[in-house]
Amino acid sequence: MTVNKDAVGKQWQPVTYEVGLEKLREYARAVGETNPVHLEREAALAAGFREVVAPPMFCVVYSAPAMGPAVLDPEVGINLAAMVHGSQEFVWGEPVCAGDVITTQPRLADGFEKDGRGFYIFQSESTNADGKLTVRGTWTNIVRGV
Amino acid sequence: MADLSQVKAGESLPELRVTPDKYLPHRYAGASGDFNPIHIDPEFAKAVGLPGNILHGLYSMAQVARAHTEAAGDPRALRRLSVQFRGMGMPEQEILVTSTVKDASDGRVVTETEAAQGDNRIIRNAEAELELQ
Repeated sequence: MTVNKDAVGKQWQPVTYEVGLEKLREYARAVGETNPVHLEREAALAAGFREVVAPPMFCVVYSAPAMGPAVLDPEVGINLAAMVHGSQEFVWGEPVCAGDVITTQPRLADGFEKDGRGFYIFQSESTNADGKLTVRGTWTNIVRGV
Repeated sequence: MADLSQVKAGESLPELRVTPDKYLPHRYAGASGDFNPIHIDPEFAKAVGLPGNILHGLYSMAQVARAHTEAAGDPRALRRLSVQFRGMGMPEQEILVTSTVKDASDGRVVTETEAAQGDNRIIRNAEAELELQ
């Protein structure tokens, strides 16, 4: 199996996610957040947020649903049984608050072979209803034994 | 909370310690929507050669993020985080996040950071960028 470069540059359907207050709290509690801006409206407003604000890493909740179809696309051809999530980068923009509607556009940014392994670099760009970037993600999946 | 406006290259940010309990991967699965059975089913995990059900890498990355937002006292301070997932994280073992300042200038602080369970470095070669308000 070799890395199919023909799919580099391909974009998939954007996915829209509406941020629910209780979902946001559930996530904040699961990862151990204690800052009240992630849990209580009064604290969030006092700190200058529009509403209860998401912890930065909540971005995985609203952007990951867009990545599934990209990773699973037969045209990319990833051997899922041999795939690991090797590295991840997020660059944050506008804060995300309860009630926000976030749209994520996925894209295959690069694909190459190195040291007998396949590297598939996906990028996601997430924007809020005002068109402002909330996060840009770089998702590196590594496939053993290309 | 550390006064990050005064930190210099080579200094450490406050460390973060957290011990995910036995059922944490289940709660994180529900919160995140990632129900891959390697994270929540010990028997499935063992059947595919893992020592047991393993932590979600993005949960561990969230602990690295939290170490930085707590040090800064503001979630808006975290501008960028890049990590490599290497060792497997296990529930019921303490995670220690350590961060060393690489560069600090003009209200920006860049750290080298990692998360480890004992000798097992589960997140390494990570870099975070904070912007102080």
